[in-house]
Amino acid sequence: MRISAIITRIIQQMKRDRRTLALLFLAPLLVLSLMYFIFNSNEASVTLVVSNAPAPLIDKLKETDFTIIVDNDFSKKQLQDKEYNGWLAVEQNVSKLTLLNDDPSLAKALTMQLAQILQPTQASIGSMKTDYVYGDQDTAIFDIFSPMLIGFFVFFFVFLITGTALLKERTSGTLERLLATPIKRSEIVAGYMVGYGLFAFLQTIIIVLFGIYVLDIVHVGSIWLVLLINMMVALVSLSLGALLSSFAASEFQMMQFIPLVIVPQVFFSGIFPLDSMAEWLQNIGRIMPLYYAADALNGVMYKGYSLSDIIVNLSILACFAIVFIMLNIISLKKYRSL
Amino acid sequence: MGNQAISIKSLEKRFQHKQVIAPLSLDVPKGQLMGLLGPSGCGKTTLIKMIMGMLKPDSGTIQVLDLNVPHKQLLNDIGYMAQSDALYTDLTGEENLHFFAKLYSLSKAERIERVAYAASLVRLTDDLRQKVENYSGGMKRRLSLAIALIQNPKLLILDEPTVGIDPVLKKEIWQELIRLKDQEQKTILVTTHAMDEAERCDQLAMLRSGHIIAQGTPQELKEHYQAKDFDEVFVKAGGDVQ
Ligand SMILES: Nc1ncnc2c1ncn2[C@@H]1O[C@H](COP(=O)(O)OP(=O)(O)OP(=O)(O)O)[C@@H](O)[C@H]1O
Ligand SMILES: [Mg+2]
Repeated sequence: MRISAIITRIIQQMKRDRRTLALLFLAPLLVLSLMYFIFNSNEASVTLVVSNAPAPLIDKLKETDFTIIVDNDFSKKQLQDKEYNGWLAVEQNVSKLTLLNDDPSLAKALTMQLAQILQPTQASIGSMKTDYVYGDQDTAIFDIFSPMLIGFFVFFFVFLITGTALLKERTSGTLERLLATPIKRSEIVAGYMVGYGLFAFLQTIIIVLFGIYVLDIVHVGSIWLVLLINMMVALVSLSLGALLSSFAASEFQMMQFIPLVIVPQVFFSGIFPLDSMAEWLQNIGRIMPLYYAADALNGVMYKGYSLSDIIVNLSILACFAIVFIMLNIISLKKYRSL
Repeated sequence: MGNQAISIKSLEKRFQHKQVIAPLSLDVPKGQLMGLLGPSGCGKTTLIKMIMGMLKPDSGTIQVLDLNVPHKQLLNDIGYMAQSDALYTDLTGEENLHFFAKLYSLSKAERIERVAYAASLVRLTDDLRQKVENYSGGMKRRLSLAIALIQNPKLLILDEPTVGIDPVLKKEIWQELIRLKDQEQKTILVTTHAMDEAERCDQLAMLRSGHIIAQGTPQELKEHYQAKDFDEVFVKAGGDVQ
């Protein structure tokens, strides 16, 4: 009842605040699209040359968006000259995939779809060996960090909006006034989590659907898992934003948390390879929620992980959220000891 | 016991070595309208926040309606109006009232009735559908007062309720406060700087530098200080401490 009073109030307030709604729902799409165009400027069609493939495999390949050329007498030199994207040579035991890899994201899309197609028929064509004309398998850009980008936007915008909303409640004295009513501290926190959580949920759905269906970000795994991870990210960010707002005296001070809390997390979420970092630096990454979120999102979207593969990451995110929520409830003691 | 709505014993509070409430004892009898007077910065708001349980005293005890502060039940029984308006300015007056009414778990029918009553009391019925950010200062004050009354509490604690309210409306509000006290046996504690308001209280307590320097009916205080009106009492009482 009291929780729902807070939720209703938050919805009323948000509905009237058009700008905040726009920031929440449109800004991430805008930035995401921009990055997409910067990193993926030529979305040319993918051409794949196939040699010695059995007929059923060729049929299957033709169902994809790829342009398929069947040529049983092909060479790496020809691939390079004609600038086709890839060449799949099926042999007795080992199939060989040669990728031009001039555009890593195209090469990545190709490998990923091939892997999916070949999986059930793996036995018939044996294992696959991948060879690159340019670069190697580590050259992907947008595809690799676009899953993490989705998580980052959810985190960033939810953090900003709940942080400032709760801050306004503190500075205007309404929070203190609220605590002069019989509401429990936990009810306030719950009301906030659910109220803003609803908006975060909507935002997450919009970002994920936009990323996957409009921008065509590669995703191998389940879209439900992607949503689940992002919801967890939103919850962590909600509770962290609410908590940190109690250490800020003004909106400007709230902004100062961005370089302190948000930016460092980006460094540890997969843009830079973690393996090559010093041990102590890697350990710093482990205290950051986005590190686990990015790991899980990459796993699901890029590698096709299932729930059981990311359950550890999800649990760690849940722990972050629970700890932050508890700290929020405790921090309200400042206004009322009950 | 039993006759006091508020009973404060050797209460002390300091902010960073600054003694704001010196050891202080004060009783507010049930069913009375008690006025708390004193110069700016003497600790009235601090005292009220401690009675509300929003500030923790350094030492001493406070009992409200025979319960030790802080107590959960008291949050239901006390109607509180803070010195600075704490309203959701992006909501309408009506939404503010309904929001607070819900926090007191009033049923929908009760809520509609209480919102209508509280709004008409402070003459805001016609402005309820406006956003609070478009209210004048006095309108915001009146809305805060309406919120303090929303759950029909036994005890009202009002921190300078009539600042910024015009004399006609101020008179009406005081008539209603006195009616609430007389007919509904409410206990009311108000702080004020207005001497005409002080005159209408049953009991007055004068606070200065954290001490209660005088307490009694308005008549008693006037006689005590041999003053014609309250401005004079205030000035003379102020002189006492030095
Ligand atoms: N949170 C705080 N931290 C430090 N000092 C404080 C705090 N709150 C109040 N004070 C100090 O305590 C003293 C009493 O303040 P209080 O607000 O109780 O005065 P008041 O009697 O209500 O004044 P006014 O009539 O102007 O409202 C002031 O000197 C003020 O500076
Ligand atoms: Mg005051």
